[in-house]
Amino acid sequence: MALPPYASPVERIWFWVFRSFCGLVLLFLITPVLVIIPLSFSSGSFLTYPLPGLSLRWYQEIFSAGPWLDSLKNSLIVAPLATLLAMAFGTLAAVGLNRADFPGKGVILALLISPMVVPLVIVAVGMYFFFAQVGLLNSYTGLVLAHTVLGVPFVVITVNATLQGFDFNQMRAGASLGASPMRVFFTVVLPQIVPGVVSGGLFAFATSFDEVVVALFIASPTERTLPIQMFSGIRENISPAIAAMATILILLSTLLLVTMELLRRRSERLKG
Amino acid sequence: MTTTTLDGGAAAPSKSNLKSRLRRAERLRKLKAVGLVAPLALFLLVVFVVPIGNMLFNSVDNGSLRQVMPQTAASLAQWDGEGLPDEATFAAFADELRDSRSGGGLGSVGRRLNYEDSGYRGLLMRTLMALPPQSDDWRETLIDIDSAWGDTATWRGIKAAAPPRTDRYLLASLDLERGADGEVQRVDEEDRLYQAVFQRTLVIAGGVTLICLALGFPLAYLLATLPAKTSNLLMILVLLPFWTSLLVRTAAWIILLQSNGLANQTLMTLGLVESPLQLVFNRTGVFFAMVHILLPFMVLPLYSVMKGISPSYQRAAVSLGAHPFAAFWQVYVPQTVSGIAAGTILVFIMALGYYITPALVGGPADQMVSYYVAYYTNTTNNWGMAAALGSILLAVTLLLYLVYHRLVNRKQMIGS
Repeated sequence: MALPPYASPVERIWFWVFRSFCGLVLLFLITPVLVIIPLSFSSGSFLTYPLPGLSLRWYQEIFSAGPWLDSLKNSLIVAPLATLLAMAFGTLAAVGLNRADFPGKGVILALLISPMVVPLVIVAVGMYFFFAQVGLLNSYTGLVLAHTVLGVPFVVITVNATLQGFDFNQMRAGASLGASPMRVFFTVVLPQIVPGVVSGGLFAFATSFDEVVVALFIASPTERTLPIQMFSGIRENISPAIAAMATILILLSTLLLVTMELLRRRSERLKG
Repeated sequence: MTTTTLDGGAAAPSKSNLKSRLRRAERLRKLKAVGLVAPLALFLLVVFVVPIGNMLFNSVDNGSLRQVMPQTAASLAQWDGEGLPDEATFAAFADELRDSRSGGGLGSVGRRLNYEDSGYRGLLMRTLMALPPQSDDWRETLIDIDSAWGDTATWRGIKAAAPPRTDRYLLASLDLERGADGEVQRVDEEDRLYQAVFQRTLVIAGGVTLICLALGFPLAYLLATLPAKTSNLLMILVLLPFWTSLLVRTAAWIILLQSNGLANQTLMTLGLVESPLQLVFNRTGVFFAMVHILLPFMVLPLYSVMKGISPSYQRAAVSLGAHPFAAFWQVYVPQTVSGIAAGTILVFIMALGYYITPALVGGPADQMVSYYVAYYTNTTNNWGMAAALGSILLAVTLLLYLVYHRLVNRKQMIGS
């Protein structure tokens, strides 16, 4: 969309107006993410520029024993478990959905995707009552199950997308050569849909690692996850410790972004 | 043409046999497919659908009086509402009031009746304290304890809590109520609360959606038309915020917009304002943060649609003499409608249910429906109201999702 040499002055002006507008929008998107990083190295205790000096004291604070480290540990327990469960449930379901047509498929698909759509507060209140009844309130199990529910639609969607080009006759071929259904799944199907499974898993992980609303309702201080700690930190006493944790989370999201990009390239290369 | 084999045909399948075997194989395949989907479907049913259904049932549930005072509820249901109820009702009430002290029954009845009139809880407490173990005339005894028991209106209030279902919460969430004659009417002007809440929710969600469209459309267009190398690079600026924690971004906006934050510092350095502007903990802050969080959800669907549009149509229009703007508006934009629809509905749906961001960067007047659902659940234990507001929010969301599903998934429906 470069400007052709014969462009009229009006076109030139429009071209640059348009480009600057887009530049401002991109600036708007990236500034908040970047602005918070330097503040985490501040030696003062206020989140304002200019920085009074540089120090790593806030990193020391979040990584020494205390609420920050506890909540990080909790999130590192809950998120991987929820992700694994979501990947297992979601992959099976997506394969099933693509294997054959059966009545009510549309409704079932809508059901499987629905946790993504229902407002979080409604999920939270519903689970709060349910977990209270079955004794899962204030437990890791409850939190893992809740986050599995929230993450599973992503796995269903991404695996489903990778299965679009999948030829199910390969499963028949495997079976006709004497492989058990499990073996067919692990040696024939899984290697081909792995990008979908992993990227769905990354979405599920990010969801659990960033989920506040449901956790606020169903977790006690013992299972306090990182997002809850962030939430109460922002609400009560916004200190550079938050900026330090935010910087680590931004690093993590960069990692996720790069992994997703690599997965996308790989699947594009496979498609040719 | 006969296919009967010469050796008697015992081994060869007949036509119908083959058909039924095929059908069986097909059925087996379907069963296997259902078997793969079933674990997740059941899991979601148990942990997600039924709990939410149960919770929403609270919006019409009126069981507390029935549970704690079954006889009182039953005889008041018979009572015509004229004059005072009969002695049997008074006696049953006195009995059940005494029993309600144990097991938290009194609390739940008091809470329920307080929705009718805020004096009930105190009245029940006072009566319970003074209640004698025996009486020949309960009617007189109760009226002696508190003259309110001689007032027909007191009993009418309790009668309203007697039926097993009620529409009071759903009506209340639309600022409606049932008058003395049972007709639905609007509540008094100063008590109208939820209309404003829903209006505010729609205004914020709608405003955020429009701003996202205004910012996202040009950006998606730029990304779709730039050479792949540049656009992939710029895409990082969209995707990095997208993957960054919502709380990180919310915190960042508070830091940026606070009175001595970068935004105000910049404005003051440029001489645009004299004193710092209040940019956060009000509607402005909510808009900034929500647009920032939701903008990628607008850009990405638009981008994927625009990526598939060939530039030749626009060129053809220009070569046929159309003004470049006309070519853009009349030829290019109509081709992006599905992306616009997908992006707007997606952003709008997500914005409707926002809770955390407005709670952190908004003021009291910027809280949306979700906030009140949480508030009634946590703070006041008014589960009927929480469920009623939640039901309305969910109904609107699901309706819009249905539209979205029709628009987007028609093309990429599974397996079809």
